[in-house]
Amino acid sequence: MTIIFDGLAAGMLLFLISVGLSVTLGLMNFVNLAHGAFAMLGGYVCALLLSRAGVPFLLAVPIAAAVSAAVGVVLERTLYRRLYGASHLDQVLFSIGLNFMAISAAHYFFGAQQQPFALPDFLRGQINLPGLDVGIYRLFLIGIGLILAVGLQWLVSYTKFGAQLRASVDNPRAARGLGINVGRAFTLTFALGSALAGLGGALGIEMLGLDPSFPLKYIVYFLIVVAVGGSGNIKGSLIASLMLGLVDIAGKYYLPQAGAFLIYVVMVIMLIVRPQGLFGRTAAK
Amino acid sequence: MRQLKSSIAAAALAFFAAAGAQAADLKIGLILPMTGPFASHGKQITNGIKLYLAQNGDTIAGRKVQLIIKDDAPGTSGDVSKRNAQELVIQDKVDILAGFSLTPEAFAVAPIATEAKKPMVVMNAATSSITTKSDYIVRTSMTLPQTTAPIASWAAKNKIKTVYTIVADYGPGYDAEGQFKKTFTAAGGQIAGEVRVPVNSNDFSPYLQKVKDTKPDAVFLFVPNGPMGIAFMKGFQERGLAQAGIKLIATGDLIDEDVIDAIGDPALGVINSFHYSEAHKSPENKAFTEAYYKAYPNDRPNFMAVAAYDGMRLIAEALKKTGGDADAEKFIAAARGLKWMSPRGPVEIDPATRDIVQTVYIRKVEKVGGKLQNIEFDQVPEFKDPGKQ
Amino acid sequence: MAIIPSPVDLAPLRRAPAWRTAEYICWLLPVAAYFLFPTSLSLLSQMAITGLFALSLDLILGYAGIVSLGHVAFFGVGAYAAGLLAKYGYGDPLLGLAIAGTVAAAVGYLSSFLVLRGSDLTRLMVTLGVAMMLFEAANKLTEFTGGVDGLQGVDMKPVLGLFRFDLYGKTAYWYSVAVLFVFFWLARRIVHSPFGLSLRGIKQNVIRMPAIGAPVHARLAAVYTLGAAYAGVAGALLTQTTQFVSLDVLSFPRSAAVMLMLVLGGTGSLYGALIGTLVFMTAHHFLSNLNPQYWQFWLGAVLVLVVLFARDGIMGIAQTVIKRVRGKA
Repeated sequence: MTIIFDGLAAGMLLFLISVGLSVTLGLMNFVNLAHGAFAMLGGYVCALLLSRAGVPFLLAVPIAAAVSAAVGVVLERTLYRRLYGASHLDQVLFSIGLNFMAISAAHYFFGAQQQPFALPDFLRGQINLPGLDVGIYRLFLIGIGLILAVGLQWLVSYTKFGAQLRASVDNPRAARGLGINVGRAFTLTFALGSALAGLGGALGIEMLGLDPSFPLKYIVYFLIVVAVGGSGNIKGSLIASLMLGLVDIAGKYYLPQAGAFLIYVVMVIMLIVRPQGLFGRTAAK
Repeated sequence: MRQLKSSIAAAALAFFAAAGAQAADLKIGLILPMTGPFASHGKQITNGIKLYLAQNGDTIAGRKVQLIIKDDAPGTSGDVSKRNAQELVIQDKVDILAGFSLTPEAFAVAPIATEAKKPMVVMNAATSSITTKSDYIVRTSMTLPQTTAPIASWAAKNKIKTVYTIVADYGPGYDAEGQFKKTFTAAGGQIAGEVRVPVNSNDFSPYLQKVKDTKPDAVFLFVPNGPMGIAFMKGFQERGLAQAGIKLIATGDLIDEDVIDAIGDPALGVINSFHYSEAHKSPENKAFTEAYYKAYPNDRPNFMAVAAYDGMRLIAEALKKTGGDADAEKFIAAARGLKWMSPRGPVEIDPATRDIVQTVYIRKVEKVGGKLQNIEFDQVPEFKDPGKQ
Repeated sequence: MAIIPSPVDLAPLRRAPAWRTAEYICWLLPVAAYFLFPTSLSLLSQMAITGLFALSLDLILGYAGIVSLGHVAFFGVGAYAAGLLAKYGYGDPLLGLAIAGTVAAAVGYLSSFLVLRGSDLTRLMVTLGVAMMLFEAANKLTEFTGGVDGLQGVDMKPVLGLFRFDLYGKTAYWYSVAVLFVFFWLARRIVHSPFGLSLRGIKQNVIRMPAIGAPVHARLAAVYTLGAAYAGVAGALLTQTTQFVSLDVLSFPRSAAVMLMLVLGGTGSLYGALIGTLVFMTAHHFLSNLNPQYWQFWLGAVLVLVVLFARDGIMGIAQTVIKRVRGKA
């Protein structure tokens, strides 16, 4: 029982740190491998607010997301915008370049060591039920993840903004013809993706640690989730994350010899069975 | 006028004297990961070296020291390390190769040291067999079995009968696991279970759950220092394993001064064996740590900085004996059997193996003046690397 | 001669255009470099090796349009094959290259069945997954591969029984450059053969190719296998010239780096792979020597600027410049 709970929590963490990438890659069709850099930014903002300014955790997390979003907007306006029409490979080159710069900058300003980070007391520890030990922070992550998933799904599928955004991606010219401000829709979406990255980064420090090599260290995990879930699909990302988390944790408990193989085996098998991802749009490029 | 003349004469004399005594610069080539996941290693090691030079002057046996740093990040790719060593030898014409934070760096460069006949001072890499890879290697850090065996003997002596071992799933992890099991079972202990965790795992919940279900007296942990250790200790606390009566024992690299603050309070009470603690009580260490904080107020001195500091000291002492001659044969002959008082305690270069002999301490993490420290309470003096016996 | 048909028809391979003056000059550069930079030969040999690796990726990415983040798998397989062979007494370099290439090709052929389906993103991740599994396997088989500590005892015999690998890297340099040249020459022939042209056709329009009778899947599998063999040879070269195999030969960063070099140089032209490697590694070398701690920042800045101002890589700029010059003339 505890294993299932832990698996769900691990999956939810995967979802939180990669859903931002699913938004930019899937909705905007932009391969933003600098996603991890935005997450790292959120992480540092949160860790520093906590340790140096004494800001409470629950306030520091939204600030971290907001700062990431703000930086995202600035970069979108100045740099990213020029590359919407570029090939995916150029986007990869560009965003890896940004990653390198972010890594060095973090190294320069904050040093190479792990950042100290402590959760507030009310999020620590476990609640012991019969047959089930519930980690409080894990429960917190699951809660936030579910709220986000529902919120995002609603935003993209049922609001006017979501409709405008989908129209802008599918056919920018027609969308512009209909009076949709395509540039603004993209900027907002990019800000959303960055905010989600920052949020994931801030919430993830407890379990992932935080040092300057963060952006490249976890890039593989982000990509796995997006590929398995089908890009641009919130529901797909969520289910894929939860599945991967469960398989990973259960595998480590019952079959520790399999070690790191398991997650890759699962990914490859799933991609062979469903090459477009769990809920991928076949029309997506 | 006469005054001026004499002062000119004095200046000229001083100038010529200096020029006459001035031998060629002593070039030391450092091969270290300065960027990437092990960037903090490079930082601590260069800190240690520069601190020694700042304290003792940058002239050794009449030769001015010149450091040439090569980044071979990530430090795990032998080809880059080897290329850097070749360049240092051929292009920069260094006299001594030093640094080497990770084992592959040392393994890849060892043949160059042999072929180019350059002394090679290993300042961190801890695989036991490194010093056997070239006759010109001398090590000032530690070996993995050297820091692992004492905690196993200590555990067996202190009412810990069953231990669950958790190690990272890679070479050094296997070595630590093997050494711990060997020493612990020889002393009458029992292994309750063992598991190898993929490198870069950050969620230990399934393993900790299994430990909790097995109920051993203690868990022995060995993982590369950094996020893995931090995640483990946080999980250990979250799951209340300490309250369930399970102790955590480890080697000290897991909670060295560079990561201990990032772990925070969950580190309290961890018992570990290691050769250096910032809290080591000795006049040498007091002087060292004070100077370190003065030079690098944002960092805490750790074992890598000390090993590098001692490495520089070894170079200086050996060259004093050879009269500034860095010829590999002479240098190594001078280094064999050198003894000095390091900030970590008394150390000696084993004349037979060129490896370091030092006191290994058993410590417990406590809070001293609001700062987490490893407090030493037991020790194994003059401990040689058991991996070579 | 021509009357007796040879069992293998080599005629299509002879269709490559004649060598241009610029190309001759390009291949004189390595010779010049030997005399100009006699103290940096080990860096130059590693450039040649990485160049061959980038070339192998260009074959599958630039010519056939298969994106791969796991190309390092074949590089690593080749590196370990050559290393293990030498360790167990078969240290002849050319034999090592041949076997490493063959083993890598076999692995490439087998994995081609997994890879050649799905969208770009799927392919990226499946190739990556295959590489990561090999990485984990090499990590776990410590007894056999040396794990993270690296494979030691790689004892190479002299090249052709004559030239010993020396400290200054002279043998390593000529050997790497010679192998690179031979394989480049072969690749040049292949991409201009009907087979190569059919690959470009597939890249441009995969739906129409079956209509003109081109077996798409078989062609892609063939080029994937070929690319794997090339990568295996490059890996073997690295092992042989450094006499050491680190686990890093299978790592993700190496995969990503070679992709960067190729895109930087420009995909789909064999010289792009070489120029990209040259520029990337030179920049890396100088920046990391100037500023060992923060060089990554400047390298990142270079990449960003290249993408913003030079979309099609360095070859793209070169072509634009040439066109302009010709247009004016």
